[in-house]
Amino acid sequence: MTPGGYAGKWLDVDLTKDKIKEVEYSDKVLEQYFGGRGLAAKVLWDKVGEKYPELDPLDPKSPFMVFTGPMTGIYPGSRICVSGKSPVSMGTVGSTAATEFANEIKEAGYDGVTFTGKADKPVYLLITDDGAELRDADHLWGLDGEKTLIKLNKEVTAELTKRKPNVGLWKDPGMIYIGPAGENMVRNAAVIAKICHACGYGGYGSLMGSKNLKAVVAKGRGSLPKVDAPEAAKLLWRRTHQHLIGRTGMRRQGTGYAGYSVGAETSSEPIRNWQEEWHDEKSYGGPMFEHRFWVKKKWADFNCTTNCMKISYIKTGKWKGDITDMPDYELQAYCGTNFGIFDPEANIHLSALADKLGHSGINGPNTAGYAVELHQRGILKDSDFGFKPKWGDPDTFDRIMRMMANREKIGEILAEGTYRAALKIAEMKGLKPEELLKYAVHVKGIEIGAHGTRSDADYTHDISYAASVQGGDHTSVAVDGYNDMSGAVFTDSAVFCNFTYYGVPQSLVFDFAKAITGFPITLHSWRSETGPRIVTLQKAFLMMGGPDLEWEPVKDDDNPPRFYEPLPSGPYKGKTTDKKLVDTKLQAYFETLGWDERGIPTKETLKKLDLGFLEKSMSKLR
Amino acid sequence: MSSIWIVRDYENCSGCRRCELACSIHHEGWMWPEASRIRVFMPFPGVEVPHLCAQCDDYPCVESCPVDALSVDSGTTAVIVDEEACIGCGACAKACPGTVPHLHPRNRKAVICDLCGGDPECVKVCREAGYNALRLVHEEMNGHRKLFARNPVDVAKDLAVKLFGEKGEEVIA
Repeated sequence: MTPGGYAGKWLDVDLTKDKIKEVEYSDKVLEQYFGGRGLAAKVLWDKVGEKYPELDPLDPKSPFMVFTGPMTGIYPGSRICVSGKSPVSMGTVGSTAATEFANEIKEAGYDGVTFTGKADKPVYLLITDDGAELRDADHLWGLDGEKTLIKLNKEVTAELTKRKPNVGLWKDPGMIYIGPAGENMVRNAAVIAKICHACGYGGYGSLMGSKNLKAVVAKGRGSLPKVDAPEAAKLLWRRTHQHLIGRTGMRRQGTGYAGYSVGAETSSEPIRNWQEEWHDEKSYGGPMFEHRFWVKKKWADFNCTTNCMKISYIKTGKWKGDITDMPDYELQAYCGTNFGIFDPEANIHLSALADKLGHSGINGPNTAGYAVELHQRGILKDSDFGFKPKWGDPDTFDRIMRMMANREKIGEILAEGTYRAALKIAEMKGLKPEELLKYAVHVKGIEIGAHGTRSDADYTHDISYAASVQGGDHTSVAVDGYNDMSGAVFTDSAVFCNFTYYGVPQSLVFDFAKAITGFPITLHSWRSETGPRIVTLQKAFLMMGGPDLEWEPVKDDDNPPRFYEPLPSGPYKGKTTDKKLVDTKLQAYFETLGWDERGIPTKETLKKLDLGFLEKSMSKLR
Repeated sequence: MSSIWIVRDYENCSGCRRCELACSIHHEGWMWPEASRIRVFMPFPGVEVPHLCAQCDDYPCVESCPVDALSVDSGTTAVIVDEEACIGCGACAKACPGTVPHLHPRNRKAVICDLCGGDPECVKVCREAGYNALRLVHEEMNGHRKLFARNPVDVAKDLAVKLFGEKGEEVIA
């Protein structure tokens, strides 16, 4: 009997052999790893095991997981989680995006898909109630994200109508896809959904690109999976929404006012590659986006009343025709202030461009900003770019993002992500790596999200990134090894949205989790057992790393050099991250999770968390 | 004849699809978007169109049914499907100017909005969330309603132009 919330079947697709089969996971594995981020880590181990350090993430053998969780579609805020060995961190990231694909695949009768191998020419996977099939994507390869979605919507709806014309109108399918950045294996490329949503962290767009996999599409006509306690679930569904509907600030502004406030108030916004973090540019206030560009003010995803999203559209001028979301704060920062741009229209254009190219709007622009700082400092020259890049100039960053997506000129090196680009540029220019790394803002390869630690006034502090198994991922920061175990690691495994989680009493969320699955889930069980199990497995992968890169324990469990420079301006001028606090809290974090003083999980911890299969690999690291 | 009707303000639709969930919970007992009598089409993100019966004044679906499985509720003016009698032939879907009826995914019977007997669930959740894309009004039966029985992709094409101007003509193929 499948536990509640699960469709009970996963797909296993061998792209090399063109073979698709259905698999199941035991109730015990589902209870221990849940779904999404957690289950994907377990499946990755089952497929790769001790050979993990030898596996090149972009090799055909490298598995790529697209997983929902038991709460997806049922708990508000339907999302998909993609994972696998990250080409950026060499660990794993549970990288999520809002998309109807996530509930559609469950309505079709499947909880997720694992891809291995590589198709000999571009393909997409289509999943329906009748099963899954690989379809030709030659005509889609090379298309930007927007064109891909438009074409696939029409093509798939027409095909489903042709196959079953007498059931009434076929609704549009759900889908995730890559743009040119993923196709060209830009290392930190995203997997995109709904024009402007992205599985950004982890570089899984390049994983899809390496497999010639353009998209994964689903249309189901079944119900959402049955749950363990349906009457309770229905009641909890209504109560959860009542809480979400009460979050008026979030619903009104989304994060679209933060492009101003994170700079002006918490002094923690990336400006010109984090050279500064404070600004007071009123031109960048939320209303300046809202008044001219927000054509749709309440935009939601499946089963969501947070509707933090809005649709921005440029109706006039040189960027007429650009459609994106408001943009969300991260892209207001990264595709705006990080470039020295404080103009909403330019930011909307660059965000829309990032979406279309299939860049992660955080990670790609981090590298682009890094490149322009290197030019500022005379390390990179005009000739590396083919033009003279300028801070604050939208055309500069438009060109650089395109060059990265297409791997042209310096774009070829920048496409490797900030960390590897730094090493390559050092080699190219005959400089020591440290001279380049001191400007690189990443943790363990993963470019840091738009919340700095130097002011200490934001939610991100000393070890938030340094101790996190997902590096610079601002959605999954380390706190103390206990409270954070029921944070993103939970929502990324249950798979639903952070913004339908925060603001709802945790007792309600965990009652809902129990009502859905029937598992004896509590806040404490997640914090003391399930969360640590998943995070410990991720830590093991992260520290195994390979094949060409390993992180050094403690030394790389740290913030980048830039985060120890004093802030140069604003109300927190002179302040910086406290290294002593980082050192102390890092050790406390390790201790809470049962890892040794180098952050390697101990034998006792592995035994306690039923991760004994990691002992051999971990003993090699100790 | 006085009756109720659900007004559609398409640009207010957030795409949350709680209407699909509330409808299917009410009629089917569980969350089942494709068994819902109201379905939200989204041929392009940001362009969401809730698609449901508009209670045309001449009821072409009722006329078309070869086994008289469809009738009109005199109180609500909603179309009522007699599931026992329905043979799943799809004539009602073809007769409907907007192809609103669809066949139930499990039993293949026609699924058509019955206005929940007068207190539609979809309207309630849409109002509760503050979207008001669906609003209940009391009004006379009239010939305008039939113009809402329209293919939702056609409605979406118009809505896309309303939102995006000329670009709107490109976003839905």
